[in-house]
Amino acid sequence: MRRVFKGLGLGLVGLGLLGAPWLLPGWLLFLLSLALAKGLVVLGVLVLMWGGLVSFGHGLYFAAGAYTVAFLAKFLGVREAALGLLAAALLNGVLAGLLGLFLSRYRAIFFGMLSVAFSMILYAFLLKFYFITGGTDGLRVPIPTVLGFEVSARDIRTVNYFVNLVFGLLGLFAAWRLSRSPLGYLMRGVKDNEVRVEYMGASVKATVYGVYLFSGVLGGLGGALVALSVGHVAPDLAYWTTSGEFVFVAILGGTGSVLSPFLASALFELVRNYAIKLSPYTWQLSLGLVLLGIIFFYPEGLWGLYEWVKGRWRPKSSSKPSI
Amino acid sequence: MASEVVLETVDLARHFGGLWAVAGVSVRVCAGEVVGIVGPNGSGKTTFLNLVTGYLKPDRGKVIYLGREITGLGPRQVSRLGVARSFQIPQLYAGMTVLENILMALAVREGQALEFFRPLKTAGRVKKAEELLERFGLSKLLNVKVSALGGGERKLLDVAIAFASEPKLLLLDEPTSGISSAERYQVIETVLRALAEPVGGRERAVVFIEHDLEVVRRYARRVLVFFEGKVLADGPAAQVLEDESLRQRVFGARG
Amino acid sequence: MLTERLLAVLFDGLIFGAWLFLVSAGLTFVYGVLRVLNVAHGSFYALGAYLAATLVGLVVGRGLSPALTYPALVLAALLVGLTVGPAMERLLLRRLAGRDEVTGLLLTFAVLLIFEDVIKLIWGVTPWAADAPYGALGQLKLGAVTYAVYPLALIGVAALMGVLLWFLTGRTAFGKLVSAVIADREVSAALGVDVGRVSNLAFSLGTFLAALGGALVAPMISVVPGISVEVIVIAFAVTVIGGLGNVAGAALGALVVGLVRTSALYFFPELDLFLVYALMTLVLIFRPYGLFGRAEIRRI
Repeated sequence: MRRVFKGLGLGLVGLGLLGAPWLLPGWLLFLLSLALAKGLVVLGVLVLMWGGLVSFGHGLYFAAGAYTVAFLAKFLGVREAALGLLAAALLNGVLAGLLGLFLSRYRAIFFGMLSVAFSMILYAFLLKFYFITGGTDGLRVPIPTVLGFEVSARDIRTVNYFVNLVFGLLGLFAAWRLSRSPLGYLMRGVKDNEVRVEYMGASVKATVYGVYLFSGVLGGLGGALVALSVGHVAPDLAYWTTSGEFVFVAILGGTGSVLSPFLASALFELVRNYAIKLSPYTWQLSLGLVLLGIIFFYPEGLWGLYEWVKGRWRPKSSSKPSI
Repeated sequence: MASEVVLETVDLARHFGGLWAVAGVSVRVCAGEVVGIVGPNGSGKTTFLNLVTGYLKPDRGKVIYLGREITGLGPRQVSRLGVARSFQIPQLYAGMTVLENILMALAVREGQALEFFRPLKTAGRVKKAEELLERFGLSKLLNVKVSALGGGERKLLDVAIAFASEPKLLLLDEPTSGISSAERYQVIETVLRALAEPVGGRERAVVFIEHDLEVVRRYARRVLVFFEGKVLADGPAAQVLEDESLRQRVFGARG
Repeated sequence: MLTERLLAVLFDGLIFGAWLFLVSAGLTFVYGVLRVLNVAHGSFYALGAYLAATLVGLVVGRGLSPALTYPALVLAALLVGLTVGPAMERLLLRRLAGRDEVTGLLLTFAVLLIFEDVIKLIWGVTPWAADAPYGALGQLKLGAVTYAVYPLALIGVAALMGVLLWFLTGRTAFGKLVSAVIADREVSAALGVDVGRVSNLAFSLGTFLAALGGALVAPMISVVPGISVEVIVIAFAVTVIGGLGNVAGAALGALVVGLVRTSALYFFPELDLFLVYALMTLVLIFRPYGLFGRAEIRRI
């Protein structure tokens, strides 16, 4: 009986997601599109948190992905979204591959500091090299073609939503497989007991490196998608406060599931939209209070809360990484 | 006992500050041996294990495993070569289930440590894990989180994990400590029974550190007595443990 | 002329370095004692600046002697250090007992977020100015170049702070207690040291230093929201370069960063920020305990 409900629920959600462009007003659809794209970046932060590592520099990949799309348009006249996304994924894969060599040897505060340092280097470059990057003004991202097709201004919101949805689902699927794979378990093992990982014959460094690669690509894809969604890129995408926002959303969602980054991201975008309009000088205040609340009372974030509620309804005996 | 030398240490030594925790230990362990290590606290037993498994680098001496020098290699490489150890305080993944702990060990053993798409819990692997846990009497606890296990169960799991990597040399650090004396024999018997099968055509060598001399007397064929970082005595269990003057010196005035 | 430019680099570098030391000393000191990397340090800096602007405004507004604006700056810093500092330590940091350093960092990040809005709610978003103390000191001619005296005085203040800190940590009873707590919290507690009180005082001192940095720089800048966020990241850089917990290292690190950035500004302006963070990166990779720190614990 439970399965029937679950199936129905999922079906409804699926229908809702597919029908969103026709069910939701334009501004809400846009928020949802952004949430999907940013959710990918948050997912990238999340998988590192499995290993107990908090990346305060994911803005690096976010900005690198976004500017890849912008540069392709500006310098090569390429507007094709598929190419932009592919280039973003490749570039960030290489970047993560390079930086991961250093970062995989660090933990805790040092990991955090080094990741900030790398992202601030990119920020400095994006800010100061005006003639290439547009400086503080940033660069415009023209409306893309999608798989060769031109998109009219009327359809762009809908197309953009579906593109983000597809990549969101892909990212979700990939992260879900990772979470159930040996690498995913070993990454959690790194947080749980590093000594045991080495004594099992596995390498902590290699484990962190592998997950970090995945994390960087996710960040870059998220950035590229945001660039395509918003139509503009600016240096503050690489600034430490942007990275901080991703960390916040990751913690808000909780590490218990690969779905939570997207849910938390959607909630975050939605609430921010209203909060800023209602009272612009209390949004960050409330963020800070919520973070304090999570740190002291709900360390497992919203997902933890959800599991707790579920647990009260129906007690569970075993532990499983839930989707 | 003309069997192969599995482990040999030559003048192995390590100091911390001014203190030589291990002060020149040269021993040989052959395939099929069950060796007990005894000695008071601080005599260098655990440090010895740390040196052999590469957790610490020696200041002096060599470690030779199956004829190959492994001095200076880290725990990861040493484990891959077939040396496994258990710990005084069991090193487990507290947030995962018993089954998951073993599955991880098996996956790494299969070279799947970097596998990121296929699941950990494949049918074949789970079967193997269940068989292994059966041997250690942990079958009923498959899906229990390690944090919910009792002391004896944790010790057994710790050894089971070591065992999962099909080691030719097994080093156990106080496998029965923290266990009630009632359970103690059960634990060590389970362990030794599980270890009784030969691996790769060659019998396993087992070295275990123990404080309970009764356990040592019953299960070890050979005993090494550690004292102040050196091996004072090395011989058949019955002989070494009965030696009065040795007992006096090592354990103080005790009956 | 090259020598003129080099002299300008030297002085500007020293001025910038002095400011960097003032804002970083407290951060690194607090990390050393409490093992918390205090992101809210930037907020304390901003609070110092805003409060200084308010107090200077009061002095000027009441037609009081401009000489009083200087103690006003220090008063602003003291007010922040004696209220916000101890309160945050007692109410929040103390509850971090036993949790890892990253959680501590996240907590202080939350406090920064809170103060960002608190500052806007109290002082609004339009810029505040506090230039009376700056102008009152006049100018100085050094060779062919004219310098405002105020920034040069800042160098003196930073040096003085450095000496005072050195004296405080090395020669006083408090300093000895701090060293004990830094060396080993648990053993100190076991020996009867009131670790809570020492932590509270140390954190307050760090807060005061941050606020002082803000207060003293307020006459030179336009006080706006967002200075907290800007300052904390460069303070991190200096702290890392000098070695976390190492105040003397922070002084040398501040000098290095000050000179590097200023040289860049004169010769390769696009690279100024880039060089600072590249330096931070290189230090983290090759000498993680700072350019001047020594390796303590093993790295995994």
